Amino acid sequence: MSFAETSRRDFLKGSGVLVVSFTLAPLVASCARGSAATRTLAPDQVDAFLAIDARGGVTVFSGKVDLGTGVRTAITQIAADELDVPLELVTVIEGDTALTPNQGVTSGSLSIEKGGMQIRQAAATARRALVQQAAQRLGVPAGDLVVENGTVRSRSGGKQVTYGELLRGRTFSLKIDFQAPLKDPASYTIVGRSVARLDIPAKVTGRFTFMQNVRVPGMLHGRVVRPPAIGAALQSVDEASVKSVPGLVKVVRLGNFLGVVAETEWGAITAARQLRATWSPWAGLPDESRLWRHVRDTAVVKNDVTSNVGDVEQALPRAARRLAATYDFAMHTHGSIGPSCAIAEIKDGSLTCWSASQATHDLRRQLATMLAMPERDVRVIYVEGAGCYGRNGHEDAAADAALLARAVRRPVRVQWMRADEHGWDPKGPPTLIDLQAGFDEIGRVLAWSSQFFVPQGGTGDVELLAVGLANLPGKTGLNPGGILNDMAIPYGFANVRTVAHRLATTPLRPSWIRSPGRLQNTFANESFMDELASAVQMDPVAFRLRYLDDPRGAEVLRRLVRLAGWGGRDSGQRETGGDVATGRGVSYVKYELYRTYVGAVATVEVNRKTGVLRATHFAIVHDCGQVINPDGVRNQIEGNVVQTVSRTLKEQVTFDRSRVTSLDWASYPILTFAEIPTVDIELVDRPTDKPWGAGEPAAAVVPAAIANAVFDAIGVRLRSVPFTPAKVLAAIQAGP
Amino acid sequence: MATAIALDVNGRSVTVTVDDPQMPLLYALRNDLGLHGPTFGCGLAQCGACTVHLDGKAVRSCVMPLAAVGTQKVVTLEGLGTPERPHPVQQAFIDEQAVQCGYCINGMIMQAAAFLVTSKDPSEADVKQALAGNLCRCGTHLRIVRAVMRVAHRG
Repeated sequence: MSFAETSRRDFLKGSGVLVVSFTLAPLVASCARGSAATRTLAPDQVDAFLAIDARGGVTVFSGKVDLGTGVRTAITQIAADELDVPLELVTVIEGDTALTPNQGVTSGSLSIEKGGMQIRQAAATARRALVQQAAQRLGVPAGDLVVENGTVRSRSGGKQVTYGELLRGRTFSLKIDFQAPLKDPASYTIVGRSVARLDIPAKVTGRFTFMQNVRVPGMLHGRVVRPPAIGAALQSVDEASVKSVPGLVKVVRLGNFLGVVAETEWGAITAARQLRATWSPWAGLPDESRLWRHVRDTAVVKNDVTSNVGDVEQALPRAARRLAATYDFAMHTHGSIGPSCAIAEIKDGSLTCWSASQATHDLRRQLATMLAMPERDVRVIYVEGAGCYGRNGHEDAAADAALLARAVRRPVRVQWMRADEHGWDPKGPPTLIDLQAGFDEIGRVLAWSSQFFVPQGGTGDVELLAVGLANLPGKTGLNPGGILNDMAIPYGFANVRTVAHRLATTPLRPSWIRSPGRLQNTFANESFMDELASAVQMDPVAFRLRYLDDPRGAEVLRRLVRLAGWGGRDSGQRETGGDVATGRGVSYVKYELYRTYVGAVATVEVNRKTGVLRATHFAIVHDCGQVINPDGVRNQIEGNVVQTVSRTLKEQVTFDRSRVTSLDWASYPILTFAEIPTVDIELVDRPTDKPWGAGEPAAAVVPAAIANAVFDAIGVRLRSVPFTPAKVLAAIQAGP
Repeated sequence: MATAIALDVNGRSVTVTVDDPQMPLLYALRNDLGLHGPTFGCGLAQCGACTVHLDGKAVRSCVMPLAAVGTQKVVTLEGLGTPERPHPVQQAFIDEQAVQCGYCINGMIMQAAAFLVTSKDPSEADVKQALAGNLCRCGTHLRIVRAVMRVAHRG
């Protein structure tokens, strides 16, 4: 084994500080213009993920990024523990296309499960190599060496050498070896601990560098002017209407893409508001009041059978008793508190873009395509923004900034206004689900059949807004994300068929929101499970356990019974004597049928007179295997519950025939402090298992738990998210 | 037609030169003074991310015209405390790990700090009421309430 002489410091020899008031670790600043080309980004190489400097400082290069979920802290823990170095010596660089390997989109609760485990294996490979090197250097068998705080020393004491001394700033030049032994989980001292998040002190004191805070020398401010109707064509622009705006640099028009650039941010905002333009009329959206009819009538391009067991078509007609229900889940926005933001600079034929994108490597390719530039001339640097919870508008803002920067030949910062974010970020598509099931003569489930009406497309690029508006290269089909997940069910019924009707179109540009598909599909599946349990007068937990051939899943449900004090159906009912009834409901998911298990019991209060529904309490049992940071996981579970209660009770994108009309927090309300439930959490501790994700799964169980609790409380089914007071009242009126 | 406007920000006298005195205070703080505690969330006074103190009162800086600030003392998150010497509310947010993405947290801390000056023994319901106009999307509410209660009832 040898260490190559290419110094890691070569690529760190930057051209000094590029970004003014940029307070990330100094390493990042000096990397910003480094000769990054000397680094390998090949994901099979240790060097792609790890560098150790002469003083023993460890730099982790992570393609997965922290979207505000605490992943940076967890990855620091993983690397520090596997290398046996103190946490303080580890720095993580995230999502810089010139410095970090492409580990795929930061989505799907995969940052630890996939990204973190690549880094762990790279660290294990590095550690083994360093110990071997130390064995040679010290003349001690590797088996007699131990590592503590980045120092390899003989077990018997005496001889020792540090990582820094072994490497002397050189690279590893090693392939990641998947046979390199990981540490015994029992010996982890940093993994499994609730290490305080590294970003919080800076975030609570105004020192943290959000994307929205980055400033580049010579930078101008841009704002986009969106059409008043989604498909409207720009007919004319009256540039005289903004002549009086101080510091206006340029009105940029490219087809239907319209933007302004000014010396100051307020100048850009003023110009964007003041600019007069005429647009053609367009009214191509469906009638909102007939949305579900529209979805059902949309052309189907193909059917994806997502599971098929036995013979449903033959079994269902034979059933002694059949049940059917239709569920729908409204279009939702991501709802980031900070609107999307990016900076682009084109200099000497190269584009540098600072973005809070969850997929900087993909964005790099998209920007290169749009601008017809070679990919090697585009660099995207991740800087954390407000939480995005999926593919929101960050990538679109990056494209906006790139077009404006190209037009004015100066760096341009674009931050979307609130109406841009609410109106133009891609949406979680409307989801319509028909469910059917049949029982045999003794009340056992004989068949389960489901049909989902969801847009076509997968997890590929979401088309950049600017590409469509300016008619530039880079058009893509629909890509709503992995929305077929969890259409199939975790229950062992004899006959199961689940089918996705893939629709040719969907009203608004779709993308993935948090727990995409899993959220909507689990809502329908777990609500319908409750309907089935009720039909055969079984306790819904016992009913699930009857069909669950999965010890880990069963354990989650049994622990849930204890945690929630679940005493069977009706155990949560409490008549207050007034208009308010309370109830409890259960829900369960095995995420994508192969990983994280979550069970939930929701407690609700329903006001029969006003229709106001409150979710007051959640009990959650969560098994995501090895837990890297217990408090981090709890923080994610709490967040999943609160955000999804908001989605379930309040949220829907509204629109007229031309555009989105829910353009602010008044027209798209989210949960407020007075409405939050309390949350009890039990983490199933499995330190010797592999770690799975926690950023999404707990979201999936929330809507059905609430719906089932409402049934427990007042005996009516809510099958349409959001559960607004009007829908609750209508359901009460319609009766059970 | 640039106008010079004198401000008292975090205990310092500063002057910002702007084209439009109606420009909201937020832009002067962020762009002219480099103070990034207050963030732009909505520009509509709906979410609270931009909250600062004016003479001790929590105010939405995204709709506060610069010309209307006058001699009122402006305090931002940076003026409240530092990582080395955090304000008790900032320390409580660290202790409770009451942050996810943290974009709204400026507003939560500034709103809570102003509230706690006048409300000495608040109930949990009082705290939720005080924060009723502050939005958080990550769902950090439970921890935020715990953090504020921790300050309110310390000692």
